Amino acid sequence: MAQAFATTANPDELAKFEAMADSWWDPVGKFKPLHKFNPARIAWVRDAAALHFNRDATTERPFEGLTLLDVGCGGGLLSEPFARLGFKVTGLDAAAKNIAVASLHAERNGLEIDYRCQLVEDLAQTSERFDVVMTMEVVEHVADVDLFLRAAAHLVTPGGMLVGATLNRTLKSLALAKIGAEYVLRWLPRGTHDWRKFVKPSEFAEALRAGGLRVEDLKGMSFDPLMDEWHLSDDLAVNYMLRAIKAE
Amino acid sequence: MSGTTDIPPIDLDAPDVNADVLIVGGGLVGGTLACALAQHGISVAVIDSEDPEALVEEAYDGRSSAIAGACQRVLEGVGIWAHMDSGHQGPGGGVQPILNIRVTDTDSPLHLHYDSDSVGGPMGYMAENRTMRLGILARLDELKDKATLIAPARMADHGREADGVWAVLTDGRRIRAKLMVAADGRGSRVRDAAGIRLVSWPYHQSGIVMTVWHEKDHRGIAHERFLPGGPFAILPLPGGHHSSLVWTEKSRLADHIMDLDDDLFHAELASRFGDFLGEVKVVSKRFCYPLTLQFAPTYIDRRLVLVGDAAHGMHPVAGQGMNFGLRDVAALTERLVEAHRLGLDPGGADVLEAYQRWRRFDNLLMLGLTDGIVRLFSNDIAPLRLARTLGLAAVNKLPGLKTFFMRHAMGDIGRLPKLMQGTGL
Ligand SMILES: Cc1cc2nc3c(=O)[nH]c(=O)nc-3n(C[C@H](O)[C@H](O)[C@H](O)COP(=O)(O)OP(=O)(O)OC[C@H]3O[C@@H](n4cnc5c(N)ncnc54)[C@H](O)[C@@H]3O)c2cc1C
Ligand SMILES: C[S@@+](CC[C@H](N)C(=O)[O-])C[C@H]1O[C@@H](n2cnc3c(N)ncnc32)[C@H](O)[C@@H]1O
Repeated sequence: MAQAFATTANPDELAKFEAMADSWWDPVGKFKPLHKFNPARIAWVRDAAALHFNRDATTERPFEGLTLLDVGCGGGLLSEPFARLGFKVTGLDAAAKNIAVASLHAERNGLEIDYRCQLVEDLAQTSERFDVVMTMEVVEHVADVDLFLRAAAHLVTPGGMLVGATLNRTLKSLALAKIGAEYVLRWLPRGTHDWRKFVKPSEFAEALRAGGLRVEDLKGMSFDPLMDEWHLSDDLAVNYMLRAIKAE
Repeated sequence: MSGTTDIPPIDLDAPDVNADVLIVGGGLVGGTLACALAQHGISVAVIDSEDPEALVEEAYDGRSSAIAGACQRVLEGVGIWAHMDSGHQGPGGGVQPILNIRVTDTDSPLHLHYDSDSVGGPMGYMAENRTMRLGILARLDELKDKATLIAPARMADHGREADGVWAVLTDGRRIRAKLMVAADGRGSRVRDAAGIRLVSWPYHQSGIVMTVWHEKDHRGIAHERFLPGGPFAILPLPGGHHSSLVWTEKSRLADHIMDLDDDLFHAELASRFGDFLGEVKVVSKRFCYPLTLQFAPTYIDRRLVLVGDAAHGMHPVAGQGMNFGLRDVAALTERLVEAHRLGLDPGGADVLEAYQRWRRFDNLLMLGLTDGIVRLFSNDIAPLRLARTLGLAAVNKLPGLKTFFMRHAMGDIGRLPKLMQGTGL
């Protein structure tokens, strides 16, 4: 943990993602779990945003005119859908190869997304702010969770919202998300996650509060093996999502 | 299709038509799907090898279809029904509610009687296929911001890749999309090109189809008779004095009947039709269709889905071919609209798998059921005849069972897509 300068970048973690960057858009490849998450988590974020900004999610491009920052965007698995829903999306990732893959894919799909290889704490030094800041499945990979979340919180426009998702640090998540997913089911390459770095909802919320946000909602995600689908649940013990807002 | 092409897909970056979904085949099923998707903001390009003008001429397709209640709701929900239901209601146009269905067995005094009072509303509707085609064309025109109909047109080549699908037409026009839908009917070339092989059983039976005029009003009653050669259906058309006939016979006999001159043909017909509607005259050409049961073992492939007859064909005894195609439409539309509203790729594997899971079970069940009915009723073996006579009587006596059969005939069984429940998406 000893770091010369405070930074959110963990070189070992970033090297892991760089090595897998070619498979971001393979729905049955190394990032299959994230593809599988998409319908449930996008729906939750979309509906939360629709409620918060008073938009009708059944219309074309409901979020036109709003900005969204996707922190730790990877290959753009979330940036692209939210761009199609009308947000002006900025995608941030610390791994250069991810940004290259994401940019190429967006271009091939005719989407305009501003992808940048930059650390969130560096962006927070500028005057840019976003209506929605989203950081899904990233905090468990960063070097300094508090710094990361404070910077992310800082980037939210007053009256805007932040959504996050990660893995809880419980015995159940050790059994399922770490041992189960990596060693038994082989959903993820071994060593993808370090259980000790999983973040409890209380820790997540506390860091956001320090950054001036108030947590409004917590939601679990559970896997339904029969339907081969993830759905929302009230069980926060493994995968959970959280929504926080910044006062006007 | 062909292995080589002068235009590699990379040159399609500036195609003539860019859409979310490319539908190959603008028949009853493909056309309805195009309207359903466009209405929900999903852009579609539809190509059909036939000229739309020719498609609505009587000689192209003299058939009429029975439209089950749940399917009528689909047509209503996507704005096609309003065009079918308005204007001239009579021979050549409009829709006829089916108020009553009478099923009878050969020489048997027992009847199976379905009537609209016990389900609260018509059992379904009859309309000429051309009425539905005209309705689809009118609706596509209203939706032209999102729907492009390209016809007559043929594909010279097409491909499905990781990122999307493309087609080059014989006239050089190019289309790019995220998903390709094979709605090109029984002989689907798109399905064949994908290497999806059909499983099929010929029935060695043919359906002779025509429109008749009759002296007395049919009062909205449909008749289905199980004759030794196969089912004989009299289906009421708009206006009261026309009905559509579907007369099933062993294929060899059907060919022979088709060759008879008008007088002899009429004599054969009259002996089966009876005189309960007074004088009867054939007023259309005779059409003859060989009947086979066929289904594709899989409905999906990379960025491809099969719908309608391209995926499954069944014996028309239950009048369900088009109706099952419309269930495909309702289910696929629901899945694609869901994905669209999540900003997800409409050709994504998960979207397609969810569609397949939903539809395949339903269709196989129906194919099995239809096949069972045909085998039971196209048979002159005495014990079987007795069994079906008793069967009909039993179904009649048990209200629960009858309602089940009735709802089944109306397309109301299974987990219904929202469009079939008459609720919006
Ligand atoms: C005698 C008979 C009676 C029937 N009665 C009923 C009934 O009462 N109720 C009912 O529900 N069903 C009935 N059916 C079944 C029903 O007609 C079909 O299920 C229905 O028409 C299928 O529609 P489709 O759009 O899938 O296929 P089709 O109607 O076959 O349409 C396919 C379309 O694709 C086009 N096409 C084909 N190849 C290509 C190509 N390579 N490129 C571009 N375009 C192409 C064609 O021009 C056509 O427009 C009956 C069938 C028969 C044979
Ligand atoms: C599990 S992926 C999640 C990708 C994407 N958010 C999703 O859910 O589909 C984690 C991503 O976080 C990125 N990442 C890790 N540490 C980071 C940091 N300190 N700053 C920005 N991105 C980081 C990784 O490069 C990787 O792309």
